[in-house]
Amino acid sequence: MMNRWRVLKRLLPLMAGMALLLSACGREDLSTLSPKGPVAQKQFDLMTLSISIMALVVVVVFAICIYVLIRFRRRKGDNTIPKQVEGNHTLEIIWTVIPIILLLILGVPTINTVFGLSKDYSKDPEAVQVTVTSHQYWWEFEYPEYGIKTAQELVVPTGRKIQFKLASGDVTHAFWIPSIGGKIDTNPGLGTTNKLYLEFPNEGVFRGKCAELCGPSHALMDFKAKAVSQESFDRWVAAIKAPVAMPADETVKAAFESKCLSCHAIGETNAGSAAPNLTGIGSRQTVGGILYNDTTPVEENLKDWIAHAQSIKPGNQMPDVSTNVSYGPGKGTTATGLTQEELDGIAKYLASQKLEY
Amino acid sequence: MKEDAALAAHAHTVKRYRGLMDWLTTVDHKKIGILYLIAGGLFFLVGGLEAILIRIQLIKPMNNFVGADTFNQLITMHGTTMIFLAAMPMLFALMNAVIPLQIGARDVAFPFLNSLGFWTFFAGGVLLNISWFAGDIPDAGWTSYVPLAGPTYAGGHGVDYYLMGLQIAGIGTLLGGINFMATIINMRAPGMSFMRMPMFTWAIFITSALIVFAFPVLTVGLVALTFDRLFQANFFETGNGGNTVLWEHVFWVFGHPEVYILILPAFGVISEVISAFSRKRLFGYSSMVFATVLIAFLGFMVWAHHMFTTGLGPVANGLFSIATMLIAVPTGVKIFNWLFTLWGGSISFTSASLFAIGFIPTFVMGGVTGVMLAVAPADFQYHDTYFVVAHFHYVIVGGLIFGIFSGLHYWWPKMFGRILNEKLGKATFWTFFIGFHLTFFIQHFLGLIGMPRRVWTYLPGQGFDTMNAVSTVGAFLMGIGTIIFIINVIVSAANKKPVANDPWEDGRSLEWSIPSPPPEYNFKQLPLVRSYDAWWNEKQKGNAEMPPAEPVGPIHMPSPSILPLIMSIGLFAAALGFMYHHTIIGIVGIVITFACMFTRSVFDDHGFHIEPEEQEKGVHA
Repeated sequence: MMNRWRVLKRLLPLMAGMALLLSACGREDLSTLSPKGPVAQKQFDLMTLSISIMALVVVVVFAICIYVLIRFRRRKGDNTIPKQVEGNHTLEIIWTVIPIILLLILGVPTINTVFGLSKDYSKDPEAVQVTVTSHQYWWEFEYPEYGIKTAQELVVPTGRKIQFKLASGDVTHAFWIPSIGGKIDTNPGLGTTNKLYLEFPNEGVFRGKCAELCGPSHALMDFKAKAVSQESFDRWVAAIKAPVAMPADETVKAAFESKCLSCHAIGETNAGSAAPNLTGIGSRQTVGGILYNDTTPVEENLKDWIAHAQSIKPGNQMPDVSTNVSYGPGKGTTATGLTQEELDGIAKYLASQKLEY
Repeated sequence: MKEDAALAAHAHTVKRYRGLMDWLTTVDHKKIGILYLIAGGLFFLVGGLEAILIRIQLIKPMNNFVGADTFNQLITMHGTTMIFLAAMPMLFALMNAVIPLQIGARDVAFPFLNSLGFWTFFAGGVLLNISWFAGDIPDAGWTSYVPLAGPTYAGGHGVDYYLMGLQIAGIGTLLGGINFMATIINMRAPGMSFMRMPMFTWAIFITSALIVFAFPVLTVGLVALTFDRLFQANFFETGNGGNTVLWEHVFWVFGHPEVYILILPAFGVISEVISAFSRKRLFGYSSMVFATVLIAFLGFMVWAHHMFTTGLGPVANGLFSIATMLIAVPTGVKIFNWLFTLWGGSISFTSASLFAIGFIPTFVMGGVTGVMLAVAPADFQYHDTYFVVAHFHYVIVGGLIFGIFSGLHYWWPKMFGRILNEKLGKATFWTFFIGFHLTFFIQHFLGLIGMPRRVWTYLPGQGFDTMNAVSTVGAFLMGIGTIIFIINVIVSAANKKPVANDPWEDGRSLEWSIPSPPPEYNFKQLPLVRSYDAWWNEKQKGNAEMPPAEPVGPIHMPSPSILPLIMSIGLFAAALGFMYHHTIIGIVGIVITFACMFTRSVFDDHGFHIEPEEQEKGVHA
């Protein structure tokens, strides 16, 4: 009895170390190994189950392999001919049946989860409906119940099912928030719209990515999923629907309206979806999905983006101050040619577009 | 007329070429095998260089070694080159070099077709790779998913090179598949029943069947996409009612069997090498055969596991999950059969057997991640991440490439009459093996912590930095391993020492009963096969040669021909012409090819005979 305790005591630091190592695997808001919602948790459980079974298989094979290689290596000068064995029915049946049993253990929960995670909450009044449309290289989120369109930052209330309807505006992308749940493709065209539900039990900001090769800036097609309390979500809905004032300075206003609003929308103005909706852009975590506002002030990031969008995200559909669009359907859209003054004014104006919620 | 032709054939009037012309016109399977090896090896180096560039770009976050565009071109060309232009040709090299010898035949069933297959593959491969010089390089991934590869989002001619190159190379593969199926069914030596065939022959037989069923699907898909791109058709153009998911289905209905087309020959090589170097009969031969057949059959039933996240719904995902898991059972049977072939054996560690033994644990690791990926809900997390990249490199490099290296070291003396240096061979193994695991093991974790695949760069602060740097170091080690192998080839070529018929002394199948390299006609007298492991059993009975199944006599040989090369050049020109809308060039190319086909069909070629006196002199390949 004492002995067993001692062994356990010795193993404890090791186990603690392993736990630490696993939890240290990647960022909390990004890794599939630190599930932050029930969908990711179910997927993680299946991953753990399959890894455990597979680890068992690997250990058995490695053990036999190492034993055989040591025990039956040819010694120097040994010229004996080993017994020529044709096979062994008992053994062959054993290593056919055991894998089948292991697969049954894995297969049943797999089927169970396949159907469990494909539930459709689009008719559920308790669920929040979100329509996701992917574009090269940004994400559009529409809340049909609230009449809201926003981009790059998905805001959802905690504790409710979020039912997504996903499609693409151009090429195939894949919508993925690793720590909340697995990905699903966004297909273009009729009849290939996908559905997916996710849940966000805790408040926080989670990193989302595009997971299907979609062109030069596929690597940079990040977005954020922000889970907030129901009250905060309600305030966000109200704030984003509030009217938005145009820039006060006339030159800036003219430039903004002619150069930016030809594609973008802000507030009630021009609510199309040719380009990301700019309402509340000042309070987003990033500009363009990849320029982080916590390390650089949002105004600086905006200036950088408006001036160099083409080199920051190669192949995207927004011309910058001096470069035309050279890729995709927007090919040939000419450079904006904004003056420094206009650029500064627009960046300042957009940086001030903050939502209180 | 008929008699004249027969007389002419006897009278050695057939022109026999020397030097370069010999290689351009050869229909000898042994020489075609060497041509496949040289071409496949070159493309392997090109694909490897692309891999090194990819890894340098990813060595640190926000690196700008190559830009986004070049990176996408590199991954596309790396994948396409390695699968279609390196791995498959190197398998065809082994098939050509070994299969006729293993079944006791003098050549393949259709030697002319064999040569045509090589030259079309080579033309397709060159066409794909000249895209680098044309500056218009395919960049939609080796899967070429639409709409990204469609006319709207991939203007220019990059994807056209992919379509035309694969179409032409695919002809070669399809011809090879038909040829080897016919060869193995019809040309086995007397006494070699199906259940006496060596395991490698079995593997190639099944692989050929897979090629015959799978490649036409690719052909159809490529034609459809070509029509979309060149002639404004609407198979996949969503704007006009096309469907992009259709391409995914077509691609993977071909693509998944393709995985087994790659790995089954490697299984065959491993079976031969392990059996030879443990001096033991292959354990559970008949169950190995049935496992192979079963894997091939199931291989056609699982394509949609590449599309779990496409949105096919829970019924399809559930079915394809279970079907995919089932493949683990026959694969497990094979693994354990190999282990128990080693069990009780007398294992010698040569370079060939090291690669074969290294294959077993490596492939098991790739196999178990395969089962993990089959779990559809978990695949929602793995799909299109570095976890998948790690998985398929474990099965393709750790499986197929280890198998090819093993087979090359094993059969090199038979192919070239030179033995590879064992010290250098072992150095190749250890650098390549360690480099491989260093590169790819860690990529499993990169995927799990959220790194998607096919990203040309990544932001700092996501926990990806160290692991990517480690992975890049591993890639360089693999490069060094490959360079050591090339040095080995050069060193062995310089060594003029002749090689015995059975240099490993433990050879079991017919190829080891004849000289290395074999004479042009392989077997002076066709051998009589009296058991499985025919040559081994004759040796055990104290016989120094296989018992003959026929008296010595004149041997009928096919004549060499330049037509396959010209036909391939015609196709090559036609593809370029149609791509760049120079219809005249396109038509001229097609006419050249058809003219060759006409010539071949209308003017009979009866081949020639090698008389017994000439056989005494020893006509070497």
